Amino acid sequence: MSEQKNSPAQGMTDAALGFMRDDNQKFSPLTIVTGIILLVGTILTILRFTQGLGAVTNLTDTHPWGMWIGFDLMCGVALAAGGYTTSAACYLFGMKKYHSAVRPAILTAFLGYAMVVVSLLYDVGRPDRLILAYPFVVQQGTTSLLFEVGLCVLLYLTVLFLECTPIPLEWLGFRKARNIAVKLTLTLTILGVVLSTLHQSSLGALFLIAPSKLHPLWYSPYLAVFFFVSSIAAGLSMVIFEGALSHKALHHRMGKAYLEEHQPLIFGYAKAASLVLFGYFMVKVVGITAGDNWHLLPTPYGVWFLVELLGFVALPCFLFAVGSRNKDVGLIKFTAVLTVIGIVLNRLNISIIAFNWHLPLAERYIPSWMEIALSVYMVTCLILVFRFIVTRMPVFDEHPDFKEHHE
Amino acid sequence: MDNTIHTLQDFMLHTESNTYILMGVYLVCMVGFWKFLTQKDEEQD
Repeated sequence: MSEQKNSPAQGMTDAALGFMRDDNQKFSPLTIVTGIILLVGTILTILRFTQGLGAVTNLTDTHPWGMWIGFDLMCGVALAAGGYTTSAACYLFGMKKYHSAVRPAILTAFLGYAMVVVSLLYDVGRPDRLILAYPFVVQQGTTSLLFEVGLCVLLYLTVLFLECTPIPLEWLGFRKARNIAVKLTLTLTILGVVLSTLHQSSLGALFLIAPSKLHPLWYSPYLAVFFFVSSIAAGLSMVIFEGALSHKALHHRMGKAYLEEHQPLIFGYAKAASLVLFGYFMVKVVGITAGDNWHLLPTPYGVWFLVELLGFVALPCFLFAVGSRNKDVGLIKFTAVLTVIGIVLNRLNISIIAFNWHLPLAERYIPSWMEIALSVYMVTCLILVFRFIVTRMPVFDEHPDFKEHHE
Repeated sequence: MDNTIHTLQDFMLHTESNTYILMGVYLVCMVGFWKFLTQKDEEQD
């Protein structure tokens, strides 16, 4: 039996001691770089909220959506799709062998969506109105897809928070509250899948309003389908990628069940990602055909489109299949990185690179270094919070007092 | 043969025809791809 004390007070003491233990660690080069990023980010944050958007961004009325929408929001939402794909695989499709991956995936998704919401606070002109839920209470604008996206993200963030609650509740030893939270799992998973389907696709559908601004090779009536299907591949790849990173840094924190199930999970996810990318490639080709845009391929934008389609969709599809067939973990991890880069590239292409493509370069949007620095700052904060949680709470391992409850 | 597209009807007929052909090719490719993906697993079983 475990000797671990399980009272709330003991849990909180352990947490405080754990936090202090980390403070006493030596300063590694990585710690110094992280410190510099946090310092610069904090200064820029103060600048953003005291001097306004113009002080730190290159956003204009022609380009009101920049780096924070294209990268932080669009990529953040797509890459956080591992949460709903993993929980759906485990709880809805009965693939219990992926159970140990659910908590890391859900936690990553929750932190990813939290980053999306925080980046929105930086991006909108009146963040105070967003905090006060002004768009939902005072001026809904229900005819806009943005309303649907905003509402879904709000609800899904709440769902993810509730799905994550067993982790801190086990850590703090709140057995009754934890048991209630666990009983909600199936309902929350169904809600999560429904909400994700809605807003992942709506993010693509947002661009349907701008057919004259988005390059025809990226613009398609099927944009909503493209975004949803690619988010599944992004989620699966992100779980593999995040697992590989965690294995390097946090191997000692991983429980027996997680370590045993990790390799079968990688092979299963690689196979699923390969199938999804195969379908995604085909719907993208159908998109070109439906718009009769084949003649645009031998243009500079066409070549760039082919780089994305062949290099970051068709190639990962093939490599995932080979990796899954030959049980090649290294190849699968490399392909997961390639897919993640491909999804980021796709979202940046649609929101920034191929947007307002007909304008001369002098009038195009190029993010300022401060926008990029703030994006790096937000990602760094996300990684730090993730690390803080997984090194203290039962995410990769099972809490000894709740082992019998893990199915 | 005149391939000029004059009307939306012409355009839709042209693009939809190509899409249908593509979908046929896709379905055939899908079977081959599925075989490639699962062949080794089946052999092991």
